[in-house]
Amino acid sequence: MWTLIKHRIFQLILVVWGVGTLTFVLMRSLPGDMAYRIAASRYGQDSVDSAAAELVRQELGLDASWWQSYAQWLTDLVQFNLGKSLVSGLPVIETVQHQLGHSVLLAFTSVLLASLIAIFVGVLSAFRQGTLDHGFLWLSTLLRSMPVFVIGLMLILIFSVAWPILPVAGFGTWQHLVLPTLALALSLAAVSNRVVRNNTLRIIRAPFYQFAAIKGLSTRQTFVQHGIRNISVPVIAFIGIQLVTVIEGIVMIESLFSWPGIGHGLAHAIFARDIPVIQGCALMMGILFVLLNTCVDLLCHWIDPRGAHA
Amino acid sequence: MTELSYAAIRRHKTRIKAALAGGVSLVLCLMFVLFSQATNNNQTRSNTLAIGGPWEFTSLEPSKQGYIYTRMSILETLLNVDAKGDLIAGLARSWQSSADEKTWTLTLQPNVLFQDGSPLNASAVVSALRFAQDKHGALQKAPIEAIRVKNPQQVEIVLSQPHTVLPALLAHYSTAILAPSAYDQEGKVTRLIGTGAYLLDTFEPPHKLSVKANPTYWGIKPSIEFAQYLTGHRAESRILQAKSGDADIVYSLNAAMLDQLKGSDQVTVHSAAIPRTLLLKLNAAHPFMNQVEARQALSLAINRPAIAEQVLHVAEAASDQIFSPSMGAWYLDQPQENHNLAKAAELLAGLGWQKDAQGWLVRDGQRFQLTLTTYADRPELTTVATALQDQWKRLGVELKVDVTNSSMIPSGHADNTLEVALIARNLGVIADPVSLIANEYTHGGGDWGAMNWHNPAVDQALERLTTQSDPEQAKRDAQLVASAIYQQKPVLSIAYYQQHNAVNARVKGFQFDPFLRDYFINKMELVDHVDAH
Repeated sequence: MWTLIKHRIFQLILVVWGVGTLTFVLMRSLPGDMAYRIAASRYGQDSVDSAAAELVRQELGLDASWWQSYAQWLTDLVQFNLGKSLVSGLPVIETVQHQLGHSVLLAFTSVLLASLIAIFVGVLSAFRQGTLDHGFLWLSTLLRSMPVFVIGLMLILIFSVAWPILPVAGFGTWQHLVLPTLALALSLAAVSNRVVRNNTLRIIRAPFYQFAAIKGLSTRQTFVQHGIRNISVPVIAFIGIQLVTVIEGIVMIESLFSWPGIGHGLAHAIFARDIPVIQGCALMMGILFVLLNTCVDLLCHWIDPRGAHA
Repeated sequence: MTELSYAAIRRHKTRIKAALAGGVSLVLCLMFVLFSQATNNNQTRSNTLAIGGPWEFTSLEPSKQGYIYTRMSILETLLNVDAKGDLIAGLARSWQSSADEKTWTLTLQPNVLFQDGSPLNASAVVSALRFAQDKHGALQKAPIEAIRVKNPQQVEIVLSQPHTVLPALLAHYSTAILAPSAYDQEGKVTRLIGTGAYLLDTFEPPHKLSVKANPTYWGIKPSIEFAQYLTGHRAESRILQAKSGDADIVYSLNAAMLDQLKGSDQVTVHSAAIPRTLLLKLNAAHPFMNQVEARQALSLAINRPAIAEQVLHVAEAASDQIFSPSMGAWYLDQPQENHNLAKAAELLAGLGWQKDAQGWLVRDGQRFQLTLTTYADRPELTTVATALQDQWKRLGVELKVDVTNSSMIPSGHADNTLEVALIARNLGVIADPVSLIANEYTHGGGDWGAMNWHNPAVDQALERLTTQSDPEQAKRDAQLVASAIYQQKPVLSIAYYQQHNAVNARVKGFQFDPFLRDYFINKMELVDHVDAH
């Protein structure tokens, strides 16, 4: 296990350097004048002009060569300083903390709810083959074929307009968390319930499982003693991947529900060429990716120690 | 015989339970921290006005998103603008220029306090204006030599040459007056302390801010205790916020979605014209557009009523001139030019353009091909761009549409790479449009106006408008400029903008400012017995 952790720490350092450098190179390679882009985001579309762009260029020293900027960024990074946003002037760490906190919260609650739905539906589908399984397959296909944005809109129409018990958009209370969580959870569970179902089927058809039943254990005992742990490993690995993709890819849900998350913040930073914020967001996501994968690996290792010897 | 031990399994299960408990605790802690930070227990539905709009804010600086803070009545300017665009008193009760029009004296309102309790006096105003002058904003457009204290209640602004637009610049949000304690030593705004009817309560950029009534406000005392602004990025979210009653006032609704609010007895839609025009900026030095006839032909090929009705959903918005009737002397009182494809083709034929076998116009082996640059900040722009692509195709002009960032337009203007740009220009950024028109239509044009278009008569007229204050001459000059732009078509107007806003029945006294400077929250009331829920 310690070898795994050491490997992951090494990976983390590589990810931090690699993600930051790649972001820097990509942003510098984009066409267009950075000063104008930053000025448009700072002062708004109606007030961006050549004078504003010149002011930004002077203030931020945008005429500096790429290697000077890169060296500066690397020096700051070594000192754990992510710099300041070129648009708002606020420290990047504050912006990222605020946004990442909201995104992680939304992602965790969505994945938690999605897992509960997926495990319940998946196991039920595996044990009740036939109409119920087909019904869930249709429902999963329908939900998966719908963009998460549409699911969100439908939930708003039901729970905020037709039956007004939850707010349409915003943040700050637990009620604001319900609809975005439900929208994401339904979209995620549409896939993960099939993963649970397939793994459950694979296990309950396996010879060791059937032997456990034949030797006299009840259905419940067989499932608890020999089913859950075997089903868990691939399911947890899949949910881990989902968690990362959710944090990265919830731009639409964040926009629809006015949720101040990192996906939305990153999209805006890219439009604005706010390189320190982009690097900060990408770095945090990279670190999160490594940490979550480490957690998933450790969890899988606990559940099935054989994996470590494989 | 080996003894069976379950200790290892128990330890294993305990670890898993601990990990799960840790995960759940983490989520709960995160929820607690985030919700306890964001929730203001004093705000209830009955004492809070909920406002929704598409505008984000990231900074406290008035030079950046000051419009949000003047709209939410936190900050105020020395002068204000009424619905007709006339200047009225703000923090300055009067303003007058010297005989040579180089010195302006502003007399401040008496007994005004900043939200931190300090008095508004000439010294505080001078300090705020000097900080504003150092930043991007309206004051940089004026030839200011000095801003100084004349006496505790009077401020003097000295110019190097007459500049009639100065009072209008003092109504711009970037010149809002903040208390001396709002700035740090470098002049950066660290706290938002103004003189407005509301003071900043919570600030959560880029989405949410709330304000609470300022008990020491010098003007009309607010009756609503709290107001909250929430950014709604998506038009779909905003209209549903209005429909559900989540938001009491929602600004900038999409016209195509207004039908959803029809039949609601809780929500009223207020539509009003704003001084923003949808127009095409043309590069007048481009070899295909360097003759007036070519630009006229392109104008004649635009079916404006169709765009206004089908894309903007406001049939009467179509316009072939950039100045709306609300802009007084700048508006040309004349019938609109009709869509006339035959006449357009004839004008281009006169310039040597002939259609090839595929129907494209060709001259000297070159196809009439242009690239139109636009941006997605306003969703209607991309749709209008594709409509233009189709309409000009009927004339034989191939139009490529490039949807990018709005900054590519001034950038393309500066490096002369821009061919055609579709923009939504706010001509009311500054209450008196002279400053903006002078920047954008003289000496070859400006970032958001003409490009490589030269008209000495327009240059002279705008010079007079900027430096002389004779009202009759000003009217003649405004008409001259408007006529020249209309006839020579350095830009092609397509339509005026209308802003649609939804107002809940529990809001009384709603007023709309077409210059988008103020939401007039202190003049509104909430009626408790009407509830959308």
